Amino acid sequence: MNTENLIAEDRERHLFRVHRSVMTSEEILATEREQIFDRCWLYIGHESEVEHPGDFHRREVAGRPLIFIRGKDNVVRVFHNSCTHWGAKVCRVDHGTADTFQCFYHAWTFNNLGRLVGIPDAGGYPPDFDRDELALRQPPRVSNYRGLYFVSFDPDVEPLDQYLGAAREYMDLILDQSEAGMRIVSGTQLYTVRANWKLIATNSLDTYHAPPLHTTYFSYMAKFKGSDIGSETKSSSMGGGGIGRSLGNGHGVGESSPGGLARPIAHWHPMFGEAARGEIAQIRARIVERFGEERAWRMCDTFRLFLIYPNLVFHDAMAITLRYFEPAGPDAVRMTVWAMAPKDESDAQLERRLNNFVSFLGPGGFAHPDDLEAVESCQDGFRSHEIEWSDFSRGLCREPELMDELPMRAFWRKWHAQMMGIPRTAQVDDPPRNGFASHQSAGK
Amino acid sequence: MAGKSNGRKAARGVVDPEREIERFITMEAALLDEWRLNEWFALFTEDARYWVPATDLPDGRPGLTLGLIDDDFARLRARVDRLLSRHAHREFPWSRTRRLITNVRIRETNGDEISAAASFLVYRIRSGHVDPYIGHYEYVFRRVGDELKIRSRSAILDLEALEPHATVSFIL
Repeated sequence: MNTENLIAEDRERHLFRVHRSVMTSEEILATEREQIFDRCWLYIGHESEVEHPGDFHRREVAGRPLIFIRGKDNVVRVFHNSCTHWGAKVCRVDHGTADTFQCFYHAWTFNNLGRLVGIPDAGGYPPDFDRDELALRQPPRVSNYRGLYFVSFDPDVEPLDQYLGAAREYMDLILDQSEAGMRIVSGTQLYTVRANWKLIATNSLDTYHAPPLHTTYFSYMAKFKGSDIGSETKSSSMGGGGIGRSLGNGHGVGESSPGGLARPIAHWHPMFGEAARGEIAQIRARIVERFGEERAWRMCDTFRLFLIYPNLVFHDAMAITLRYFEPAGPDAVRMTVWAMAPKDESDAQLERRLNNFVSFLGPGGFAHPDDLEAVESCQDGFRSHEIEWSDFSRGLCREPELMDELPMRAFWRKWHAQMMGIPRTAQVDDPPRNGFASHQSAGK
Repeated sequence: MAGKSNGRKAARGVVDPEREIERFITMEAALLDEWRLNEWFALFTEDARYWVPATDLPDGRPGLTLGLIDDDFARLRARVDRLLSRHAHREFPWSRTRRLITNVRIRETNGDEISAAASFLVYRIRSGHVDPYIGHYEYVFRRVGDELKIRSRSAILDLEALEPHATVSFIL
């Protein structure tokens, strides 16, 4: 298919537009599955979810049913959850601990290293029947960055470290928050939205919408006695302060001050209660000790929302969220959302974190449902196909600010390059302006 | 119709307790379906909790595991205010809901408190879609004077995921 004209960029007029067919077309989705989901690194899970040998979780990545598992040799692997005999699922529970998986259809048995260790009536096969060839199949590439595991279905994909590039620094700002390490909290928010998957990517990177869309959340937070929300929030956290950056390779970030909002590590807010002041100050002091005041300030006193292209979002803000999403059709996206927390966090601090998490985020929060209403409303609006373009020009005409659409343009340029089959070196950043390079290209 | 005489002030010892709880829940459902949220909020004690666990962890614990909704009295008040404002965009205009609640049974009576469970099928109708929410409630009621109040209300979904509902944007 001709994908060249799906994005229109006019550098002289500072315009950047995306053709809305990319949000509605089955053909585009089929191309995305081949060019993007079968070629990128995609997140599957965190090491804390498979802490002990035999621990496993079922996961779906790029439409494949997979098993994310730690073997008895302590190596974390990923298997296709499909018997190599006729195809039935060898694992039919969502998570657990297992030495072996026995297919319920013909009782072929695989151990937790994936090896085929049992075939009933094996005499029906020749003596040289190759059991190794019939081991549970693994995706061609599995790798991890500090315990965050990714898979790729492209054997020739670049190394994960290189793929993540500048985004690793933002992951470090989360992963360094505890000396004991981080863990995924039990309980997963699972939901499907009636919208194209890319509307979740762009919504997750967008702060321009926060003041008009999320007023009820800000009013709620402002009601806590002693809250400094209000002028500060609108001008910094969700407003003019902070910065949006491209991190290369389609990844992007918005970084800002928490303003009048709460952050368990480590920005106290009246909603945490007076009793929490001491503990939060202690956590902050320890981070200052470990990393110095400047980095501690970033880790404790700023918010970050970042996207690992194409479909993983981290919110390092009122709590730590990992948001994984993938298409279930051109107009449907399946979401899996986890909370991450320090392994050694006190019960009181964990409760504050989860409390803060669900106040804003998730299917029942005071903000996220309105994001989902907005993206579903956009999707519905695309039925007026005479309106061909969505506009992502904001900030192209100036040195970009937090609420500008620069990180979304970086996402779209990478997306476009992949759809056209252009190799991985594609330029994703805004072009240099008025004789000086914008900050994100300067860092290359 | 839902009114103060309908279960809320049932005389003790006259009404079968299971029937009393059933009438209370029926009245509560009517208040919610009619979006009479201030009247509904008045049913709660000040130490109340409203909890909707994650669909993959129905026996999750508030404060220890990630759920979908975990409101104390203050946040429940804020939730009601949000829904009654014009700025809860997922619920403006309000969805239509219809609650079918059945299999009401008392689990335990402990002093002034009664634990009860009930099955629900709640339809949410909006924007051309009909989304069924299927699950059960776990309640703890407390007698305060001659009134029954809700101290704890958990809405536990049987759904494996909110697919295609996406949200729990109304009071489930």
